[in-house]
Amino acid sequence: MRISVDPDRCVGAGQCVLSAPEVFDQDADGIVTVVNARPADDEAVRHAGELCPSGSITLHED
Amino acid sequence: MGTTEPRVVDFPLRRPGEPFPPPRYEDYRHHEGLVVSHLPNGNKVWLVTRHEDVRAVLTNKKISSNPDHKGFPNISDTMGVPRQEQIPGWFVGLDSPEHDRFRKALIPEFTVRRVRQMRPAIERTVEERIDAMLAAGDHADLVADFALPVPSLVISTLLGVPPVDRDFFESRTRTLVAIRASTDRQRDTATKELLRYINRLVAIKEKWPGDDLISRLLASGTLAANEMSGVLMLLLIAGHETTANNIALGVVTLLLNPEWVGDDRAVEETLRFHSVADLVSLRVAVEDVEVSGQLIKAGEGIIPLVAAANHDAEAFACPHAFDPARTERHHVAFGYGVHQCLGQNLVRVEMEIAYRKLFERIPGLRLAVPVEDLPFKHDGVLCGLHELPVRW
Ligand code: HEM
Ligand code: SF4
Repeated sequence: MRISVDPDRCVGAGQCVLSAPEVFDQDADGIVTVVNARPADDEAVRHAGELCPSGSITLHED
Repeated sequence: MGTTEPRVVDFPLRRPGEPFPPPRYEDYRHHEGLVVSHLPNGNKVWLVTRHEDVRAVLTNKKISSNPDHKGFPNISDTMGVPRQEQIPGWFVGLDSPEHDRFRKALIPEFTVRRVRQMRPAIERTVEERIDAMLAAGDHADLVADFALPVPSLVISTLLGVPPVDRDFFESRTRTLVAIRASTDRQRDTATKELLRYINRLVAIKEKWPGDDLISRLLASGTLAANEMSGVLMLLLIAGHETTANNIALGVVTLLLNPEWVGDDRAVEETLRFHSVADLVSLRVAVEDVEVSGQLIKAGEGIIPLVAAANHDAEAFACPHAFDPARTERHHVAFGYGVHQCLGQNLVRVEMEIAYRKLFERIPGLRLAVPVEDLPFKHDGVLCGLHELPVRW
């Protein structure tokens, strides 16, 4: 699976970091960063994509 | 587009003795399109009760959070979102892009990492309140003695209120929240005293910056002086009674479901289950917009009811069961979209520590009155308890 994020949309709610800390992090400004852009397809990562309130996270199936 | 006439229902103020969320929500959800209601002032307002629709409303660009728009559904003069003219910096009432400047300035203070750093201070606060209750005897009012002071003290730590002033800060914030125990005049005085105190604190941090939120906000230079006090009041108001009500209701639920005591998953489930902020997210359509096949005209108010959404069987299996082991995590107790609660990660840590320490330190904790006799709040925006008499 491949992850992309749109930092301009991120509202820093941190839902992604709580769900999948090995894939997402927040920078010093509280904005999303990707730690691992090619994680294994796992439930925690899908949850992060689903929970993000601002639609900043896209999961690609390639 | 729905062809049937929308159904008109009572405004969803809670009624004494009625369970929460009220069974009426179930009917509304099963009704095609949306149901329509009237605010106490007579204005029309759409009620949104399905999980999917609540998320759709809270992310729709044609739907605004700004009370300056005609038709914004403030519930009364004191229940709703103040306009910028009344409290500059009250950014929950702004839309993008104005909203984003405030949000961006504040999110570094509420990241998962920053909140983890606050853990020891929160643990200390919780321990101190438990020490005080134990020292005072074998019973307490868990609302006044624990659920209210803990979030107030945590916010005072966050803002950098010096320890000597924390009692003052806590007592004034408590007066603001006590709908029953304080008069309008006392609340008005307490608000003024707090604003004056906050302004003084900002002046002090300007001269002698410290390692705290106010000093960092000042250093960032993103907020005007008058916005600063509005932002700080918002943090205080948004984070106090919400958290307190959730802690109190959560403790009752854990006492009734003791098999979940000590399981941290209970935190998320008490948030969903109680959904204390049911009447907090208020919106207005700024253009004609369709939700669930229902046409909402520009200038009509919309209330996404988060408690209804969180008990929608389409989104949560057996929604009325308290089940911390459930796998669905997409509750909207903190709202959704760009205004989703800024303090949510702080609340999670606070609640986890509060539940854990309370049951660890007071294993014999029990209700001092039958659960039916607990005084539920049905007269405010938030649901919660006026008092929670306990013994051990
Ligand atoms: C259990 C406790 C809490 C609940 C249930 C809760 C609920 C909510 C909800 C539903 C919203 C969205 C409002 C909207 O859509 O218009 C919100 C926004 C907000 N909350 Fe919380 N809240 C809680 C605790 C806190 C705490 C502890 C703080 C801060 C110290 C806080 C600060 C805020 C702020 C600043 C906003 C506005 C965010 C924005 O407009 O971008 N909340 N909260
Ligand atoms: S969940 Fe979404 S909004 Fe929140 S920090 Fe992650 S990317 Fe940003």
